[in-house]
Amino acid sequence: MLRPEDFDFLAKLLKERSGLVITPDKAYLLESRLTPLARARNLKGIEDIVAKMRGHDEALARDVTEAMTTNESFFFRDTKPFDQFKDIVLPQVMAARMAKKSIRIWSAACSSGQEAYSLAMLLKEQSAKLNGWHVEIVGTDISVEMLDKAKAGLYSQFEVQRGLPIQMLVKYFKKKDESWQIDAGLRAMVQFREWNLLKDLRGLGQFDIVFCRNVLIYFDQPTKAGVLENISKLMPADAFLYLGGAETVLGISERFKPMAGQRGIYCLNKDGAATPSFPLKAPN
Amino acid sequence: MKSCLIVDDSKVIRMVAKKILNELGFRTEEAEDGIVALDRCIKQMPDAVLLDWNMPNMNGLEFLHELRKLPDGDRPIVVFCTTENDIDHIQEAITAGANEYIMKPFDSEILQAKFSQVGLL
Repeated sequence: MLRPEDFDFLAKLLKERSGLVITPDKAYLLESRLTPLARARNLKGIEDIVAKMRGHDEALARDVTEAMTTNESFFFRDTKPFDQFKDIVLPQVMAARMAKKSIRIWSAACSSGQEAYSLAMLLKEQSAKLNGWHVEIVGTDISVEMLDKAKAGLYSQFEVQRGLPIQMLVKYFKKKDESWQIDAGLRAMVQFREWNLLKDLRGLGQFDIVFCRNVLIYFDQPTKAGVLENISKLMPADAFLYLGGAETVLGISERFKPMAGQRGIYCLNKDGAATPSFPLKAPN
Repeated sequence: MKSCLIVDDSKVIRMVAKKILNELGFRTEEAEDGIVALDRCIKQMPDAVLLDWNMPNMNGLEFLHELRKLPDGDRPIVVFCTTENDIDHIQEAITAGANEYIMKPFDSEILQAKFSQVGLL
């Protein structure tokens, strides 16, 4: 049983490092995710983890954050955003970038890379139209472990069966022992970088299309507003933002407005007032 | 209500698939090999076929070839569901006219995802 003082310590640490809000009714998540970590480190349990972190064990604090922020991901999740990308957003961005023939796409909190690779596959399918274009996909996540998996592009049989059409599996993956590895050409299309969304994002550069789906749901309102504000600074006036189906900007940020008739897609609101800037806490 | 013919020589697999598909709103029928399945399709063409590969009498691939030759046989959406999990088998199934492919073991999440992908849900 998790002691209240340990819960408070962990909740505060996670909020500061990742923005993740853990409420007492979600204490079971701490138990289920941190118990294996304790075992792997030969510690007796969460109590020992907290004791070591109180002694400023940075590596352990990092592992705890990673264990708690790892979220599931699958190929072509929700399908519709990818249809919208192919049929509406990409053509609009291409028309707007015809002069420089360059597009940058960001998969924020990309976990093990399925969203970024889904986009890479879609772009590969459009390669005739994109001939002569430079398209860059950047995937970022707070978890080094997830990024290593993303870079390897190696997925279990279970993972490749969730959302990935079989024709895409045959075309873009190779079987490697009991796993499936995504084609080297597609891996080369995506650049994975460790980045905390609460940190200064400007080092990532500007993006024409941002996917930040099912991320804000884990944050409290001020953190959501701050992250949206920081994302907006990376977007030119005609860029697009994707949020998850259960997420919205309404009542949180005036920097974005929903794209008419396209659920889940947001454009910058030219008239929207900037949210008062404030520091988002995160370790460097 | 859409109909799905479950073709598998394992009674347990048929039972598991039937339960999942019923929960997804399908009316189901069962067949233990390709010959029985073909007979069922001749009598009434289903909307979907969940198809095992290795079965006695007539295997899944042979069944699929015969099904696609039948009048209206191009209508059912065929989802292979098999332990054959190498690229060559998958490619062979697609070439023969399979719409999707599930590698066993499977669960309700995978079955639902695959049926959604081919527009059955």
